[in-house]
Amino acid sequence: MRLTSLLLVTAVGALVAGGGAQASELRFACYQDGVECDTWGRLLKQFESENPGTTVKIDIVPYKSILESLPVQLAASQGPDLARVTDFGGLARYMLDITPYIKDASYWEDNYGPTLKWARVNGPDDKGIYNVMDQLTVTGPFVNKTLFEQANVQMPAKGATWDDWAKAATAVAKATKTPYPMAMDRSGHRFAGPAISYGAKYFDAKGNPVTVDDGFKAFADEFVKWNKDGTMAKEVWAGSGGSAYQDAAKEFINGSLVFYFSGSWQIARIGKDVGDAFDWVAAPEPCGPAACTGIPGGAGVVGFKSTKHAEEVAKVLDFMAQKDVQAKFMAATKNIPANKELQQAGVDYVNATNAEKAALKQFTNDLQGFSPIAFEFQGYKNNRAIMNSTVTRITQAIVGESTLDEALGRIDSDVKQAVAAAK
Amino acid sequence: MTFASTAVRTVYQAAFNSLERPLLFVQNLVGMRRVAWMFLLPNLVIFGAFTFLPIILNYFYATTGSDAILLSQRPYVGAENFRTLLACKDYLDPNTCQQDIFWRAIHNTAKFVVLQVGLMIVFSLVTALILNRDIVLRGFFRGVFFYPVLLSPVVVALIWKWVLQRYGLLNAGLEEAGLSSVNWLVDANWSFFWIVFVTIWAHMGFYVLILLAGLQAIPSDVYEAAEMDGASKWRVFYRITLPLLTPTMVVVLVLSLIRAVQAFDEIFVLTGGGPGTATTLILHYIYETGFAARPRLFGLAAAASILMAAVLMVLTLLQLAVTRSRAEG
Repeated sequence: MRLTSLLLVTAVGALVAGGGAQASELRFACYQDGVECDTWGRLLKQFESENPGTTVKIDIVPYKSILESLPVQLAASQGPDLARVTDFGGLARYMLDITPYIKDASYWEDNYGPTLKWARVNGPDDKGIYNVMDQLTVTGPFVNKTLFEQANVQMPAKGATWDDWAKAATAVAKATKTPYPMAMDRSGHRFAGPAISYGAKYFDAKGNPVTVDDGFKAFADEFVKWNKDGTMAKEVWAGSGGSAYQDAAKEFINGSLVFYFSGSWQIARIGKDVGDAFDWVAAPEPCGPAACTGIPGGAGVVGFKSTKHAEEVAKVLDFMAQKDVQAKFMAATKNIPANKELQQAGVDYVNATNAEKAALKQFTNDLQGFSPIAFEFQGYKNNRAIMNSTVTRITQAIVGESTLDEALGRIDSDVKQAVAAAK
Repeated sequence: MTFASTAVRTVYQAAFNSLERPLLFVQNLVGMRRVAWMFLLPNLVIFGAFTFLPIILNYFYATTGSDAILLSQRPYVGAENFRTLLACKDYLDPNTCQQDIFWRAIHNTAKFVVLQVGLMIVFSLVTALILNRDIVLRGFFRGVFFYPVLLSPVVVALIWKWVLQRYGLLNAGLEEAGLSSVNWLVDANWSFFWIVFVTIWAHMGFYVLILLAGLQAIPSDVYEAAEMDGASKWRVFYRITLPLLTPTMVVVLVLSLIRAVQAFDEIFVLTGGGPGTATTLILHYIYETGFAARPRLFGLAAAASILMAAVLMVLTLLQLAVTRSRAEG
């Protein structure tokens, strides 16, 4: 009897221990602009049913937490197993290369080649697979069409310059007594597109950052003037300090803004929150003397080296990268796919309104004409240093703390200091 | 003595008695002197882990470079971070400094401390003097002034943000009255005014309470004697109230001074340090440099925090010296 009991206890113990070793819970830190994390939550149920013993626990966190807290956690080897991030270059040193764990690396290369490069910061020999893009984004403008109609002002067409848009938006705001003609998110990423359109090169021939040049200066000059004379909503940039991010989506959604320069990730939010309050469109990229470009970018899911479940993390990423999963995800979240096959086949945005579908089409088309500098900028590992300094220093010029020349000089020295520290 | 209090007393006595034997046993085991250390140990461990260890680590961060967080990956740079912070042609003109935002934050903090602490003490004293008199609804008003102290700093800042934003409550009132609205949080001077105002509003109740206690501790016979001598109200205030309240005011001064130098949360939520750097104080600079900006310059942030700690220590020692000299004099 005693022997039977002992064997029973041992067997149960072995089962429990064995089960404990197999079961793995992966922590996934996820931020969302719309319903991205909720959608992953639904889709990952399928993954869990196909991979018994592996569960993915999604922690929905603010974007600020991904930008500010996650890097500190990762540096201390205390991060999650997976995260949805945008700063691929900055976090690359912590990312897990899933190549050894996936069956078909060529599928990844064929379908995600251009965006895989954004996380490959260890030189030309770096062929690792680190990130699956779940949201290809494009910076660009949203326009309140109803206000243009009410003001009886012709909306600038494809090829219109930033100046054309500034004049038209100001005329509309004046005629309709709308508080703000234009606004741009308080972000160096948003600023970079128009700056490149005005001729900013950002890098020299060797790929070293040269932030301030004539093109950058030309747009900075225009932007500061627009903020001072009320063409741009001054609150957005001048209303904060440091390099803090601030969008102007609320103002656009409330109908207080004619022209809003943000990006494709806002489509779902604007579509949902504006509803049928007014008509809106995503307009073609405004042009400068050098180009008509925004900046590509976006979010993707990555695994981290610190995980204790590298194989399972790779399986999750591989699941997320599959075309049918991506198609469901894009349709639900109303995002532009990074998957090449899916781009060619097109996504059936079944739940999107006509305005949302038109906006998605507009941004996807715009992407084809983007400047190569825009892609280089997005893939540069220290681009955050450029963006942060741009926001901080241009704001100082807007509020009159420094002249524009002083601000530009500071951007140059800030970037040099940051790049030196990041080496 | 009621039955209830007798019962409670008995239970307490029993609990103490039950502790006596184990304590005596421990005392015999480790000796009298070591028992004292045993009692101190939990507190020492907590202080060591959460106060002294971070201070030591901070020193190591301040003397190392790069953006790595692990000390083992950070190269030793000596006093380089301090030199970078202090590199200035003219300390009164932040534009001439290598770390101009650090010096703007220093200037803002100095201005903020002088204005906020000065006004806080004046308003707290006036309010305490009024609330110390036999006015109608005195208890209610004491509650009203103390209420903001109970609110979370983030709640305080959000409430005022709703009041002060361009389409907020204050501008709605101004427009209703036929006046033009003001962009309170986008104008540098107004933003600074509002951070001083809001922090005074949020914390004044605490200092009023301390001063009120100080006022009530002044013996009433001194005032009666002054009244019999025909002293004017101003003379009574200047010659009796103020001198007797000075020790309490020194406490208020020290506490409000330290709190003002450490101001962060309300201002971070209300203005984010902006517009530009108009309301960026030293703690905000440390946070921005060490945690928000990319790459994270932990060394520079740690060096700035050590400089700030040094200033705080000097101020505290100064205040203690003043208090001691007054007590002795």
